[in-house]
Amino acid sequence: MKSPILQSATKYLLPILLLFSFFLLLRGHYYPGGGFVGGLVASIAFVLHSFANGPDETMKILKRKPLSLIPTGLSISALSITLPLLFGYPPMTGLWFEEPIPFIGMIGSSLFFDLGVYLVVVGVVLTILFTISLNNLEEKN
Amino acid sequence: MLLTVLSGLIFSIVLVLFGRKFKAKWSILLPILPTLLFLYFAYQIPQISEGKSIIQHIDWVPSLGVNFDFHLDGLSLLFALLITGIGSCIFFYGRAYLKGHPYFDRFFGYLLLFMSAMLGVVLSDNILLLFVFWELTSISSFFLIGFNNDNPDSRKSALTALGITGFGGFFMLLALVLIGNIADTYTISELFTHRETILNHELYPLIIGLLFVGAFTKSAQFPFHFWLPGAMKAPTPVSAYLHSATMVKAGIYLLARFTPILGDHTYWNTTLLVVGGITMLYAAIHSLFRIDMKAILAYSTISALGVLTFLLGLGTREAMIAVSVFILAHALYKATLFMVTGIVDHETHTRDITVLSGLRKVLGPVALAGILAALSSAGLPFLTFGFIGKDLIYEATLHYTIPEWIWILTGLAVATNIGLVAAGFMAGIKPFVGTLPQEFEKVHLPYKSMWIPPLLLAILGVIFGILPALAGDFITNTASNAIWGNDTASHLKVWHGFNTVFILSLVTLIVGSLIYFINKPSLSKLQAVERLNNISPQRIITGYANDIVRFGQWYTNLFHNGYLRSYHLKIILFAEALIAYRLWLSGPINVDFWTLTYPDWYEIAIIFILIGAIYLVVTTPSRLTAVVGMSVIGYCICLIFVIYSAPDLAMTQFTIDTLSTVLFVLVLYKLPPFINLTSHTVLIRDAVVALGFGVILSLVAFKVWSEPISTEISDFYGENAYLLAKGKNVVNVILVDFRGIDTMFETVVLSIAAIGVYSLIRLRLKSSERE
Amino acid sequence: MELLLIILIGLLYGAGVYMILRRSMVKLLLGIMFLGTGANILIFLLGGITKGKPPVIDESLKMFQDNYADPIPQALILTAIVISFALTAFAIVLLKRVYALVDSDDLDDLNTPEEEDI
Repeated sequence: MKSPILQSATKYLLPILLLFSFFLLLRGHYYPGGGFVGGLVASIAFVLHSFANGPDETMKILKRKPLSLIPTGLSISALSITLPLLFGYPPMTGLWFEEPIPFIGMIGSSLFFDLGVYLVVVGVVLTILFTISLNNLEEKN
Repeated sequence: MLLTVLSGLIFSIVLVLFGRKFKAKWSILLPILPTLLFLYFAYQIPQISEGKSIIQHIDWVPSLGVNFDFHLDGLSLLFALLITGIGSCIFFYGRAYLKGHPYFDRFFGYLLLFMSAMLGVVLSDNILLLFVFWELTSISSFFLIGFNNDNPDSRKSALTALGITGFGGFFMLLALVLIGNIADTYTISELFTHRETILNHELYPLIIGLLFVGAFTKSAQFPFHFWLPGAMKAPTPVSAYLHSATMVKAGIYLLARFTPILGDHTYWNTTLLVVGGITMLYAAIHSLFRIDMKAILAYSTISALGVLTFLLGLGTREAMIAVSVFILAHALYKATLFMVTGIVDHETHTRDITVLSGLRKVLGPVALAGILAALSSAGLPFLTFGFIGKDLIYEATLHYTIPEWIWILTGLAVATNIGLVAAGFMAGIKPFVGTLPQEFEKVHLPYKSMWIPPLLLAILGVIFGILPALAGDFITNTASNAIWGNDTASHLKVWHGFNTVFILSLVTLIVGSLIYFINKPSLSKLQAVERLNNISPQRIITGYANDIVRFGQWYTNLFHNGYLRSYHLKIILFAEALIAYRLWLSGPINVDFWTLTYPDWYEIAIIFILIGAIYLVVTTPSRLTAVVGMSVIGYCICLIFVIYSAPDLAMTQFTIDTLSTVLFVLVLYKLPPFINLTSHTVLIRDAVVALGFGVILSLVAFKVWSEPISTEISDFYGENAYLLAKGKNVVNVILVDFRGIDTMFETVVLSIAAIGVYSLIRLRLKSSERE
Repeated sequence: MELLLIILIGLLYGAGVYMILRRSMVKLLLGIMFLGTGANILIFLLGGITKGKPPVIDESLKMFQDNYADPIPQALILTAIVISFALTAFAIVLLKRVYALVDSDDLDDLNTPEEEDI
C-alpha cells in the first residue's frame, strides 16, 4: 500500500484535513458540523496517513496512544457540564463570553463540550483502527 | 411464646457455627432445649386445663394482616406437649443413635429447625404465619428424610415427600387466603365469629377442597399417602419424631383447628369420613403384608391418621373426645415402637421381621418397651392407654347421628383396628419372642439414653391407661373442647361396664391376635402385593409428575436448542404475529395521497441503486463484495440525507461509512469466504419470514407516517435554539446543549466500546485457557 | 418519495432479518447493520421529510421564518450512526477473536449441538 504519491499527498492532506476538522468543530453551533463530524474527519485524516505510511509512522505523529485521548475528552466534557456549578448556576447552563472572538464567533461552554466530544471520537476511532491494524502487523511478522 | 418458637431456630444457627464442638463435648446440651420447652408447656397445664388460654401479639406486617400472633389453648397445648415431650426423648435417643456420625451437628440443626417450625404451626394464631411454619416443616423434613444424602433412594423419597407436601401447601395457601378475604381477618381466634359468613359463602366448597388437599398431603391420606412409607428412608429418630408423633399430625391439627370454623357441614363431614375411612382400612390391610418393621409402622401410622380424619369427619362430641385421646395414645405407642425399631436396627442391622426373633433375651428393657407399646396399640383392657382410645373410637361410631350408618362405620373401625392390632404385634412383639437365632447372640444393649426414652414413653402409656383421668382432665379434655368449640365434659374412665363397646374391643383384640398368629408375612407375599402398585395412586401421581418434567424438557428443547438463528426465528415470528395483529386492530391506513412528494429522477435512481446493493449483499458469496455493497448502501443513504435537508447526518454518515469499510477490510480479508451451509428449503423459509417482516415493517411505517405527529418539542427547540442557546444549527444545539447529558453518556458508550476493542485485541488468553 | 422510502425500509428490515437467520457470523453482523440502517431511515421518515430546508437558522435571523426539517430525528439518528459504528467495531473484533480461537465462521461451531439442523 505504500505508494510514494500517496505518501507525499498525505504529508499535505493531514494538516489540511485536521484544519478542516477544527473548522467543522468550531462552526458547529451555527452551520452544519460539530464535534462528532469534526472528530470523524480528523480520524479519517489520521487513518489516511496510516494507510500511506503505516500505523507506526502515524503513531509517531500522534506521540501518544490514542486511548489517552478518551479520558481527556471525557473530562473536558464533564468539566464543561459542571463548570456552571462554580458560578452558582445549575449544571449544563450555557456560559458565554461577552464579546465574539474574530473568526470563531461566540465562545461558550458548549464549545468546550463539543471539543470533548471531538477528542473522544478521535480517540475511540483511532484506538479501534490502530489496535486492529497494529495487531495485523504483528501477526504478519 | 415467641421465644419458645424462636429458641429452636436460634439454637440451630448456633449449631451451624459451633457444630464441631457440639459433635464432641457439648452434645449433652442438645436435648436440654426441648426438655426446657417441655417443662415450660407442662407448667402451663393447670392454667389451660381451667379453660384459660394465653395470647401473645407482636406486629409483623400489620398492613397485610400478618402478625406474630400466638395462641395457646387446649389443642395447641396437647400438640406442643407432644412436640416437646417426644422431642426431648428423640433428642436423647438420637444423640446416642447418631454418635460419631459425620453430620451429627447438621442432623440436630435440622431437627431443631423442624421442632421450632412444628411449634410455630400449632401455636400460630394467624393463618398466614401458620402457613409459613407449615412450609418450614415441609422443608426441614425434606432435609431430614434425605439425610443419608449419598443414597439415591433416600434423595428420591425426600423429593417425593417435599413434592407432595409442597403441592398440598400451595393449595392450602389458596384456601387460607380465601378464608382471610371472606372473613376479612387472618387471625384464627377472630375467625370463629365469622363462621356463618364463611359457611354461607358460595366459595365454601372450594375453600374446604383446597384446605383438604393441604391437610391430606401432609397427613398422608389416601391418595397422597405414599410419600410416608418412602420417608422411612430417614434415620429412625426422624421417623419416630416426624412420621409418628408430629409432622404428619400437622394435617390433623389443621383439620381439628378449623373444625369449629368450617366444620359441621355436610361437605366437610362426608369428605373426611370417606377419605379417612378409605385411608384407614387401605393402610391397615397393607401393613399386614410388610416385612420391614419400619414399613409396618409406616402403614399403621397412615391407618391411624386415617382413623383421626375419620373421627373428625364424624363431627360428634364423642368423636372429638376420641380424637384428642387417640392423638395422645397413638403418639405415645407409635414413637415407642419406632424407637424400638431403631434400636433393633442399630444393634442387629436388619429390620426384617421374618429374620428377627427372640431378641428379648439380649435386649430386655427394649423388649419390654416394645411389648407394652404393642399392647397399647392393640388396646389391651385395663392396662393400656390405647384401650381408652379404642374404646372412645367405638363410642364415637356407635353414637353417630345417622342411625343407618352406625353399623357401617363401626364395622369399618373394627376392621381397621383389627389390622392395627396385628400390625402392632408384628412390629412390637414378633422380634422379641421365639428362639434367639445364633447370629444375634452377640447383640447387646445400646446406651442407656437410647432405651430409656422408649421405655419411658411405654410406661407413660401404661400409667395413662390405669389412670386415664390424669391425661383426660388435664390435657385431652381441653383439647377436645377446643375442637368441639364447647365444653365436651369428658371424663375418661377405665371401666364403662360390660357394654357393646367393651365387647367390640375384645373382639378386635382377639381377631387381631388371631390374624397375627395366622398371617406370616414373607417376601413372596410382599412382592405379590407390590405388583398391585401399577394401579396405585403413587404410580399415577408420579407418572403425572414425570410427564410434567418431560413436557418441560420438550418445551425447553423446543425453545432453547442452542442455535442462535433458531432463537432469532422464533422471536421474529412472534414479533411478526404480534405487530400484524395490532396493525390489523388499528384499522385501515388513511393516506392523503396529495401530501406525498413526487420523487425526482435522481432520487429514483438512488433507490434503485440501494435495492441493487441490498440484493448484492444478501446473495453474494464473496465477503468483499458484501462489504462493498454495504458501503454503497451507506453512501446512497448519505445522499438521501443530503437531499432531504440533513447536512449533519450526511457528513456523519459519510465519514462513518468510510471508517466502517476500512474496518471491515482490515479484519475480514482474513476470514474464509461464505459457504452455503443451509438447505434450499430452509433458505426459502427464511426468505419468506424475512419478507414478511419487511412487509409488516413497511406497513407499520406507512401507518405511523399517515398519522399526524406532534411537533411541539421540535418547535420548542427550533424557536429557542438561538434565544436560549445562542446557536443556529439546531441539530448541534440539541446535541451539545439541550440534550447534552445524553451526548455525554453517548461518548461514554463510545469509550467503552473502544476499551472493549482494545482489551479484546491486546489481552492474551492465559495459557490454561488456550486449547 | 415517501412510498419509495417505505419500501426501502421494508427491504432493509427484510434483508436484516434474513441475514441474522444465517449461520455465518459475518452475515449476522451484516444483518445487524441492515437493521440499524433500516431503523435510521424509519426515524428519518417519520419525522417528515423536507427538501432543501436544513434546520439551521439563517445568518441574519434569530428564529426560523418558514418551515424547516425536523431537527429531533436528525439528532437521534446522528447519535445512532456513531453508536452503531462503535457496536460494529466491537462486533467485528469479537468475530476476529472468535475466528482466531475456533477457526470457523460458523455459529454452530460455537456450541455443542444436541440435535440436527431444524
